[in-house]
Amino acid sequence: MVLISRQKVREYGKGLIVIVLLLVAWECAALVIDNNYILPSLTEIADVLFHPAQPVLGGESLIANTMVSLKEVLTGFFCAAALAIPLGLIIGWSYEVQAYLNPAIQILRPIPPIAWMPFAIAWFGIGINSILFIIALGAFFPILINTVDGVKGIRVRWIEVAEMFHATTFEKLQTVVFPGALPRIWTGLRVSFAIAWMCVVAAEMLPGTTAGLGFIIMYAYNLGQLDVIGAGMVVIGIIGLGADMLFRAGQARFFSWEGKE
Amino acid sequence: MMAEQILLVSGVQKTFHSEGKSCQALAGVSFAVAAREVVCIMGPSGCGKSTLLRIIGGLDCADAGSIHGISGRGGDGVSAAMVFQDHALFPWLSVEENITYGLRLSAQKESKEETQRRTAELLSLTHLDSFARSPPHELSGGMKQRVAVARALAIRPSLLLMDEPFSALDTFTRKELEDEILRIRQELKTTILMVTHNPEEAVYVADRIIILSERPAVVSEIIPVSIPHPRSPTNPECIRIRELVTLKCRGGPGLIGDEVGYQTPVL
Repeated sequence: MVLISRQKVREYGKGLIVIVLLLVAWECAALVIDNNYILPSLTEIADVLFHPAQPVLGGESLIANTMVSLKEVLTGFFCAAALAIPLGLIIGWSYEVQAYLNPAIQILRPIPPIAWMPFAIAWFGIGINSILFIIALGAFFPILINTVDGVKGIRVRWIEVAEMFHATTFEKLQTVVFPGALPRIWTGLRVSFAIAWMCVVAAEMLPGTTAGLGFIIMYAYNLGQLDVIGAGMVVIGIIGLGADMLFRAGQARFFSWEGKE
Repeated sequence: MMAEQILLVSGVQKTFHSEGKSCQALAGVSFAVAAREVVCIMGPSGCGKSTLLRIIGGLDCADAGSIHGISGRGGDGVSAAMVFQDHALFPWLSVEENITYGLRLSAQKESKEETQRRTAELLSLTHLDSFARSPPHELSGGMKQRVAVARALAIRPSLLLMDEPFSALDTFTRKELEDEILRIRQELKTTILMVTHNPEEAVYVADRIIILSERPAVVSEIIPVSIPHPRSPTNPECIRIRELVTLKCRGGPGLIGDEVGYQTPVL
């Protein structure tokens, strides 16, 4: 146990060294350039970060803006999951449905969600609804594709066991297909959360928004406050990392059975 | 002497089609199984033993012929449950949850108390009490197969179908499970129909051994084994039947037996 944790510490230590080196390089460059409009120094960025409850640029605080973005991401993410998981189960289960839907999905999938922004604004108006649409769209496909793959990877034998016990189609989906595909679905959720997080920042940068991390980054850009931009980026990075760690922990906790039979 | 007949297989035929080619596996297989019998199905490898068992279990459809006695969903007749060679446990469920799987489906739904009682019974019957909450991947091969047997028995099947259930296990574990099967038959009065490729196993557990011919398969011989349990593998009668079965499964006397210098046993 001690050995494992020591190993972990060493592993994290290596990563930490690179981060510290990058920070030192940044700070040195900032000192040499000595121009806040090109490269703000770390102390200025840290100053914004360490006063997260203070109003930023005369508006809401960093925390309030972060909460706005997080709420948007979670809403869009859950909407996407609520649609993509059942649809993925059906597509993976039925060759017929897959034959109908797969070509359309494969064409729509590579389109960057942000490209839909003009349509989103035309359909939902400027504001939260358009942003939610973009987030949900970005999160939708990774969940869908992973769910379909998860269902395809289910062992036929498991389904036969359900058949032997006279399970109904719904029961097969509920008791075998869904739990069997869940590890892959979880992977899809992890990937799509990261994408949703990117989408929210991009969507908030568009005109018409009044809050969120993307908004303050863009607003700070217009005012030439690069330290605020830096602080916003750090928050984005840390939340992304935290979410990924949560998903990984969930994977280790709930799906340790995967691949072991 | 023959007890009540529980299963009647008559004229079952099955042909597989793939990429324009067709391959007949079963060419009219007929036999009957009496209640509380242990019947082993043997035959040359690839002769369609598993296919036959899957048809009886309702996982495949026969092209012609009929199966009498097994109930489908909500039908009358006896219930059947199957144990597969590769245990096929659900890895995301605990041992206990795997065992109760069939009882939680609408077709066999039982009250919570009844399910609990049944689980406890099966756990002790299969000596798995202390592993009730373990995930299957923490169990040994023999224990996993025990869970699979308990899962099949949970729905109180009159007929237990087993498709080479112990072939992936080591000799000692296999012996242990063979004894367990005989004990289960004794305690639960379950009828057992088992596909095996191991003559020793067949002679050890079976009341009758059904030998299928090579593909396309028909029943080539039914060998009764009326030796009292426990059977010793060194019992001369056991040896005789084992040799006979081995020979039959290889294609019969005078075919392959002579080529390899096999001594035709005196029958």
